[in-house]
Amino acid sequence: MNQKIYFGELKATKGEIHIIRDRCKGCGFCVEYCPKDVLALSDEFNIKGYHPPFVENEDNCVYCQLCENICPEFAIFVTKKEEEDVEKG
Amino acid sequence: MNDEARQKNPIEHLLRMDRIPHIWCPGCGIGTVVTSFAEALRKSNIELDKIAVVSGIGCTGRVAGYIKLDSFHTTHGRAIPFATGLKLANPELKVVVFSGDGDIFGIGGNHFIHAARRNMDLTVICVNNFNYAMTGGQVAATTPTDANASTAPYGNFEQPFSIPYLADAAGASYVARWTALHLRRVTKSIQEGMDKNGFSLIEVITPCVTLYARRNRLGDGLNLLKYYYDKSEIKHGADTRDLDISYQGKLIVGKFIDRERPNFIDAMNQHMSTVLGDDYELYGRINND
Repeated sequence: MNQKIYFGELKATKGEIHIIRDRCKGCGFCVEYCPKDVLALSDEFNIKGYHPPFVENEDNCVYCQLCENICPEFAIFVTKKEEEDVEKG
Repeated sequence: MNDEARQKNPIEHLLRMDRIPHIWCPGCGIGTVVTSFAEALRKSNIELDKIAVVSGIGCTGRVAGYIKLDSFHTTHGRAIPFATGLKLANPELKVVVFSGDGDIFGIGGNHFIHAARRNMDLTVICVNNFNYAMTGGQVAATTPTDANASTAPYGNFEQPFSIPYLADAAGASYVARWTALHLRRVTKSIQEGMDKNGFSLIEVITPCVTLYARRNRLGDGLNLLKYYYDKSEIKHGADTRDLDISYQGKLIVGKFIDRERPNFIDAMNQHMSTVLGDDYELYGRINND
């Protein structure tokens, strides 16, 4: 599909994910329900002994904030990447 | 890590961060509902000084302790009468009752019926996890038939309450049911409920991993969310008589009731002005700014 026809110069918003690792209890909700499969559970332990998630492929993140909303521990949130940051990579 | 420690979740100004991490188990959905509630507060431009949160006892009863608004943790089952008093003493307040199924429908069932009958202007968020989770997973008024619980080791044989049907029959103005997985719809329903001039009930079905799921061998929080994902069906305006929940059966969710009825204060003002005429001074200062 030629995206330019439909969206013109519009670009998908990009998000930057912040994980407060030591607050995580490893329930895995964010990993399972991220629609873009951005997150994955790490093998490392946090201070409580749970496996917190880590950002596997941040480029896929479209700032939908589902992980932020589903996290029962308030341990993950997303900030919007400004366009200049996106261009820089 | 230093960088992470400095960053703050945007809802942290609504939480008492000195009490976080909270006591809820890994895989429990109450935290998700709290996030949805905080989102609803952020989206609706209600002054935070004008909101009060009341909770009863139980896992969900802890919410009042974690939310950094005017909040009160009442005795078991008495969240709604306390909230009624709060609303009548200060009609400007938006009063939100945030409690569990055991608190609102088990111990405080009678209070719920009467608050809905009077159409008190309250928003009740009922987190339904199908048992009395804090005290060890006893059978509650909402435990589905055939489910195992610590006081029903051979399965529950009682007929559970259908919460939306009860609320509808008692006369609530707004009735919705969602699961913890319907994050944004919960947020929207809470916003609508807070805007509603009357009694609104939002039932949110959440996973109880440590007790309900463990005793019934249903796996962890992810398995229960998958069950909600597979078996929930959105039917707005469905007949509330068809909303029974059977054990691991279909979950019909949606907004079922949204009707206009005079709330308690309006009905009182109207009745008293008719009977007493000009001698009666209208109660409640909501529109007298």
